[in-house]
Amino acid sequence: MLDAPARLAGTAGGAAWTRKDLLDTDSLSREEIELVLETARSMKEVRSRPVAKVPTLRGVTVATLFYEQSTRTRASFEVAAKSLGADVVNLTASGSSVEKGESLIDTVRTLEAIGTDVIVMRHFRSGAPYLAARHTGASIINGGDGTHAHPTQALLDLFTMVNHLGSVEGRRVVIVGDILHSRVARSNAWTLLRLGAEVTLCGPATLLPRWFVPEVPGGGRCTVTTDFDRAIEGADVVMALRMQKERQQRGLIPSLREYIAGYQVNAQRLGRAAPGALLMHPGPMNEGVELSPDVAHGAQSRIEEQVANGVAVRMALLYLIAARSRA
Amino acid sequence: MNDILLVRGGRVLDPAAGLDAVLDVLVANGVVAAIGPGLEAAGARVLDAGGCIVAPGFVDLHAHLREPGFEQKGTIATETEAALRGGFTTVCAMPNTRPAPDCGPVLESIVDLVRRHARVRVFPIGCVTRERAGKELAELAELAAGGVVAFSDDGSPVADPRLMRNALALAEALGLPLSEHCDTPEMHTSGAMNEGAVSERLGLSGQPAAAEATAVARNIELAAATGARLHIAHVTTARAVELVAEAKARGLPVTCEVTPSHLFLTEAAVAGDGPEPAYDTNAKINPPLRTEADRRALLRGLEAGVIDAIATDHAPHAVEDKLVEFEDAAFGISCFESAAGTVFTLAARGELRIERAIAALTSGPAACFGLAERAPGVGRLEPGVSRDVVVIDPAAEWVVDPAGWVSKGKNTPLGGRRLTGAVRAVIIDGTLRWEREGASV
Repeated sequence: MLDAPARLAGTAGGAAWTRKDLLDTDSLSREEIELVLETARSMKEVRSRPVAKVPTLRGVTVATLFYEQSTRTRASFEVAAKSLGADVVNLTASGSSVEKGESLIDTVRTLEAIGTDVIVMRHFRSGAPYLAARHTGASIINGGDGTHAHPTQALLDLFTMVNHLGSVEGRRVVIVGDILHSRVARSNAWTLLRLGAEVTLCGPATLLPRWFVPEVPGGGRCTVTTDFDRAIEGADVVMALRMQKERQQRGLIPSLREYIAGYQVNAQRLGRAAPGALLMHPGPMNEGVELSPDVAHGAQSRIEEQVANGVAVRMALLYLIAARSRA
Repeated sequence: MNDILLVRGGRVLDPAAGLDAVLDVLVANGVVAAIGPGLEAAGARVLDAGGCIVAPGFVDLHAHLREPGFEQKGTIATETEAALRGGFTTVCAMPNTRPAPDCGPVLESIVDLVRRHARVRVFPIGCVTRERAGKELAELAELAAGGVVAFSDDGSPVADPRLMRNALALAEALGLPLSEHCDTPEMHTSGAMNEGAVSERLGLSGQPAAAEATAVARNIELAAATGARLHIAHVTTARAVELVAEAKARGLPVTCEVTPSHLFLTEAAVAGDGPEPAYDTNAKINPPLRTEADRRALLRGLEAGVIDAIATDHAPHAVEDKLVEFEDAAFGISCFESAAGTVFTLAARGELRIERAIAALTSGPAACFGLAERAPGVGRLEPGVSRDVVVIDPAAEWVVDPAGWVSKGKNTPLGGRRLTGAVRAVIIDGTLRWEREGASV
């Protein structure tokens, strides 16, 4: 029996969490997303207490298994797990048995055998968490896989938007940058469309998906465009993505200079969005590339808030998943 | 010892010989002795083929037997036994072995392995370039003298157009076709699947259809310039089929093949049919499974005769080659034991005429590589000449269970699928070599 904090009902509109794993946002129902948001609100309240810690997940072991470097996602999960009283084991691919050639399946089975309940996994290969989830009884939370999905980032972004906008239904969200290689863009698009937002994916032609038109029954609309100045017009949310410098070397963009000219969010462009539009970035940010410094730290920036909300959302997910496995 | 066999009352179907009637086939003294109604032979073993199709043994232009060098994936013995059970009596072996047959002595050692272990007739294909590395030409004349039926660096397209032109010119002089894996790898990095809606959803690197079409177009022009016989291995895109049709209309000696996998499946197989993506590494094949529009274009191309042959691209792998992250998994599908089932399922669904399917499994491939010149009667039912016969039950329903396969490769995306049409018996060199357990024949 979990020692749940007050207001942690674990249901929203009658929905209950039944998933062993959280691998993507494509397959999440509207009810499941709303359940995460509702639970995250309770967790945010916990985080606001003088002693921001509850013993809810005492006896639960959470492992972070990162095959790719990360600061914020890993730290965020670690703080989230510890805030709920879980034990945390951190593993990285470098300096571990993975470097000696151990397969992913063997690694997750080993973690399960030593009593790990939840594995938070980041991997440079798309789909790796699915492989892991099929071969372990432990729950897998996808902390980002290749260019595929980053569901916890999308849920914390959504939580941040909902906190300001009340709802994203009918709201216009523009995601700008290297959409093609962005797991954040994919997961955000699915989540936002599921909740009825209008999503515009914008970037240079070589960094845009050509066929990505997600079909979400009863969901919002998705537009793909190269014209950022038009796309940002009247937007309620502008989300810029990290532009990797290697894209220039690979011939995908002529130069960062040209990218900045066409796609950097600056004060002038942000002025064309809806009044008070939210400016977001999943980090880490190349200041001066995706965002001009003045807007990155300006009044409309929600970037630090995203990071703070990340802990609450990840607490919610750990709680929901661990509670299911103990039920 | 040769059996005397009387295959009675089957639908004898050999489009090349103009045969399509319920007849008997008498097999004696190692050959198809007679075909006709009401045949009798004293002391003959009678196989009741009522309701079955009786056709020439299947001919495969494109298989990977893995030996020498990759015996953990398959051996000549295991994979030719799988071929036999799939109805294939003649198999052309691709040269991606270790060592690769890029000179006479290596070829000789492989021919010797085949002689000792093969369960069906095997023709070797020689390399185009040394170690299939695409840098220097292999010893093509020596390979031709050693008995190769074609040249190919399969799996590794010959990227350098100058080298390809020279290879085609030499192949033409030797009277042999060059079978090319048409891809432009420079257009993608590690393209793990088709570039399109599914790859974008799954975040996987994609191979664009244009990478195939670009290479097909280039190689057709080089074939035209040299007069060589160009065989395009495993076409997968609608545009490639159009380009081959155009080449044939120009009178160029260009042929091509399609795999049962590309006729039967699409890129959707990678994602699986559940609510969460499967990232099914068993559906990872090079060239990749394409779109439904491409699949339909391949079926049309096959029906129209633009595509000459169905070739398996049988590619067995060890379990550990596939039980990894999708982009790290090996390319290839183990196909011998499901090929006939998938092709006849397409026929049962009305997507492919059975007569066309038989032609593409027999006389079509034999003609591409001129195999009847090497083994008379291959791909045909010619009394007094042909030696191989396959009996197929087109209505038999069965569920694919790779665990029961004799191939070392259990890597198929078809596991658990219900197919219609099964091989019941196989005769090679006039001898009944395999009969399906519980078969009515």
